[in-house]
Amino acid sequence: MAECHPVGYQWVMEARQRGAKVFHIDPRFSRTSATVDRYLQIRAGSDLVLTGALINYVLSNELDFREYVLAYTNAATIVSEDFRDTEDLDGLFSGYDPETGRYDTASWAYEGDTGQTDEMSEGDQRHAEAAGSDSYGARGAGSTATPPQDPTLSHPRCVYQILRRHFARYTPERVAELCGIAPEQFAELAEAITANSGRERTTAWVYSVGWTQHSVGVQYIRSAAILQLLLGNMGRPGGGIMALRGHASIQGSTDIPTLFNLLPGYISMPHAHRHDGLDDYLKREGGDTGWWGNRRAYMVSLLKAWWGDSATEDNDFRFDYLPRLTGDHGHYATVMGQIDGTVKGYFVVGENPAVGSANGKAQRLGLANLDWLVVRDLMVIETASFWKDAPELETGELSTEEIGTEVFFMPAASHVEKDGTFTNTQRLLQWREKAVDPPDDCRSDLWFYYHLGKRIRQRLGAGQVDPTDRPLMELTWDYPEEGEHRDPSAAAVLREIGGVDAEGRPLGSLRELKPDGSTSCGCWIYCGVYADDVNQAARRKPRGEQGPVAPEWGWAWPANRRILYNRASADPEGRPWSERKKYVYWDAEAGRWTGPDVPDFEEDKPPSYRPPEGAKAQDAIAGTDPFIMQSDGKGWLYVPSGLADGPLPAHYEPHESPIRNTMYGRQSNPARRTVDRPENPYNPALSPRFPYVFTTSRVTEHHTAGAMSRTLPYLAELQPAAFCEVSPELAEQVGLENGGWATVVTSRTAIELRVLVTNRVRSLRLGDTTVHQIVMPYHWGYGGGGLVTGDVVNDLSPVVLDPNVYIQESKAGTCDVLPGRRPRGAALRALIERYRDG
Amino acid sequence: MRGRKGTVAGGWLSRWPVIRQLQGEDGRREAARSARTDALRPRVEEADSVARSVCPYCAVGCGQLVYVKDGKVTQIEGDPDSPISRGRLCPKGSASKQLVTHTGRQTHVLYRRPYGTEWERLDLETAMDMIADRVVRTRRETWEQTHEGKEVRRTLGIASLGGATLDNEENYLMKKLYTALGAIQVENQARI
Ligand code: SF4
Repeated sequence: MAECHPVGYQWVMEARQRGAKVFHIDPRFSRTSATVDRYLQIRAGSDLVLTGALINYVLSNELDFREYVLAYTNAATIVSEDFRDTEDLDGLFSGYDPETGRYDTASWAYEGDTGQTDEMSEGDQRHAEAAGSDSYGARGAGSTATPPQDPTLSHPRCVYQILRRHFARYTPERVAELCGIAPEQFAELAEAITANSGRERTTAWVYSVGWTQHSVGVQYIRSAAILQLLLGNMGRPGGGIMALRGHASIQGSTDIPTLFNLLPGYISMPHAHRHDGLDDYLKREGGDTGWWGNRRAYMVSLLKAWWGDSATEDNDFRFDYLPRLTGDHGHYATVMGQIDGTVKGYFVVGENPAVGSANGKAQRLGLANLDWLVVRDLMVIETASFWKDAPELETGELSTEEIGTEVFFMPAASHVEKDGTFTNTQRLLQWREKAVDPPDDCRSDLWFYYHLGKRIRQRLGAGQVDPTDRPLMELTWDYPEEGEHRDPSAAAVLREIGGVDAEGRPLGSLRELKPDGSTSCGCWIYCGVYADDVNQAARRKPRGEQGPVAPEWGWAWPANRRILYNRASADPEGRPWSERKKYVYWDAEAGRWTGPDVPDFEEDKPPSYRPPEGAKAQDAIAGTDPFIMQSDGKGWLYVPSGLADGPLPAHYEPHESPIRNTMYGRQSNPARRTVDRPENPYNPALSPRFPYVFTTSRVTEHHTAGAMSRTLPYLAELQPAAFCEVSPELAEQVGLENGGWATVVTSRTAIELRVLVTNRVRSLRLGDTTVHQIVMPYHWGYGGGGLVTGDVVNDLSPVVLDPNVYIQESKAGTCDVLPGRRPRGAALRALIERYRDG
Repeated sequence: MRGRKGTVAGGWLSRWPVIRQLQGEDGRREAARSARTDALRPRVEEADSVARSVCPYCAVGCGQLVYVKDGKVTQIEGDPDSPISRGRLCPKGSASKQLVTHTGRQTHVLYRRPYGTEWERLDLETAMDMIADRVVRTRRETWEQTHEGKEVRRTLGIASLGGATLDNEENYLMKKLYTALGAIQVENQARI
């Protein structure tokens, strides 16, 4: 965090000065490790053994916050008798199909919950084949509102007992054996987090892509969620699980997604085989209880925002104008489509996949096989110039004269040359004012897409409109134009996103959204960002003039709530759990929830409220249920539907690992997604040819694939060379010299890097084996206007994906290391072939 | 900060910082000053306008103040009012003026024709028209009305990959336009 989110880290340091104990768990020693109470070095790819053991520690010592767990989680809920755990099936959950490598999730359901068991349901195969679990960014999967429960927690099939059995094998001994963390270190961590949780205290977990970029990444986060729910740390000040996101508006890019499987607000894109028409779609997309029960209002308001008057009740609000998915249309599938020649045209906008995506070579082979490519950036990045400087030209795999791709480089406006909002890592939208006009041909992406859309519409609207073009011709695409460049008004776009009523007046909050077409809203979770016709994201009341929650600085979704699920900061009766941790609570006299934050709950719903029989949406949520986006209002320790690889986290080794999985008879995540093609060869698990573990990382002075940092003199000077950090033991074993060169080899390619030998990377002793880890920041590339250049670290990584969200496993792979620089040209290919063939 | 007046008696030589520092005065304080440094004014004082902005690198979202003079960015500093950053910026945020103003930035449209070996210049309007033509053509050629007997109304011929420094408004127009075009392979750094 000190390294990649430095200014955010000041708050951790402040907390530490005030007595907070800080642990840092990471394969690499960074600036964070240097400033905490305890640093625990962990083997990359083994985190679930550690979090699982912490869960086991809490359960077997009954250290859970019992009152919170009973009232606010699904601990007491009874699960179907068809469910079989990894304990019963040696590393598999029930429902696994070895042919397809996918789960049928029906048996994971709550007892008596048969509504979710057909082939079209959430979590099932078609759902899983289109990264369906991604849609839970703002809600849970569907379930019954009132499943059977055993409040004594003794029923053998209640979630609490299933958890106890499931995690029993996660012991400190396993942590030592698989993570390389000694039992005393584990004990200190376990004691600290449990002692620091409960009525009076809370513990927070912070993670970043070190947890997500794994073939079992979603379950890493799930394990933290289980731990935090058991300890009562969700929805309370100082608690939570903080996802530190790496880019200025990466949160915004998921909320208003440019992602294949989502529409704005985590609404799923319709699937040709799962959905027929709007009603059918809505029926299959989640439960009718909890706030998500209002999804018709959210979807219809989105369709109205896009197709305006053309969208009416009679035509399903133009639901059929949405194109349909039939499977995986994600980033890596798209690249394979480029190599196969099905994808002809490609827009790359502020992104540099030739350097930043896994298996860079496959990326570049894809680019070389396009008809046309449009790259929009500040610099001529490697993705734009690949035909001139890709490493494959040197190895003879590509040649400039044979690359038919037509390339347009369109210079972009910088962040000060346009106005608009970023959504930061805490869901906070902050409006940026434009300082100056962009120079020369530089334009904002808003300008580009708006004017491209206009041009396309002119071309298609010239004669008789073809039925396939109606979605374009009827699209609302009339934003006010400003200034000499005729920029579309970003404020007008934000106003559309925030939603308006039938008279065009901005909506105050998402509670005002209607299912009948009388409201329109481009992103339901952002509804209210233009309340009172004021750009709420532009608010800048200085911090000195408001309290620490600072509700008048920017605007957070949803409804400007700063801590989600904050109803859980009060006990079931609505009283603060303690004076020390007082946050949002029920004011009986006033008949409303109050506190320094906006309550994440209906303001006037008393704690005593119990839903009547057959209640829907929020009316089905009791006054004691804080998790209002879930069908049952509970925090899910156990996930009965919606996930592709199991209702509980289980430790599997990375796809490429030098260590045998001693937890189960399954080496790697049985549901992981592999891309088995010649462009994407894998290192075999446990291969002596690839004995070392590598992980990729960042440093403070650079930014991701580097286009915004290695091009700047200040930053290039501060971190001038691509390097790998290794332990003295490994350096000695391989013959590496500090400051010299190393060649790192995987089945994809070999790259050369400067060597940094330090004691900060330790070689880990796991039982009787020693594992050496290599840490490589990935900011460099061979071109891109970089003042400092270097080989592309991501060229080493394989494309193997988490089955829920299709993120690649770039944080734990295997490799070999050789001293000296890599071979050039054909000799490089020969080296890789030797490694591949063994 | 101490007073602005010279503190050492005598002629220009004795006021020369080098001499004063050699004589043992602290080179990080008064003895660093000279008539020239005293005449320097911070760039921010002369700005014609100040825009409230946000750092474009990581997702902490530090507040920035962008100082402008004569239509040019002259300085970017942390915004002390921000409850997130309290005026601070890390090395990247502090270098962001260079990001905006450095000479290596490409500000013109470039075009590489199929099988070409060099970049060529193209004017912006022409490039926009050419791109629009290609979108229309590729969409027509790769249009898929049905797939395995189901209506899909889409094209798999056009794809997009966006970075996560795009504004919400930009992502919104992108998704809206692509969806209306029937392009579904629309992805973002957020997947990666
Ligand atoms: S200044 Fe540094 S910490 Fe702050 S947003 Fe920018 S990159 Fe992140």
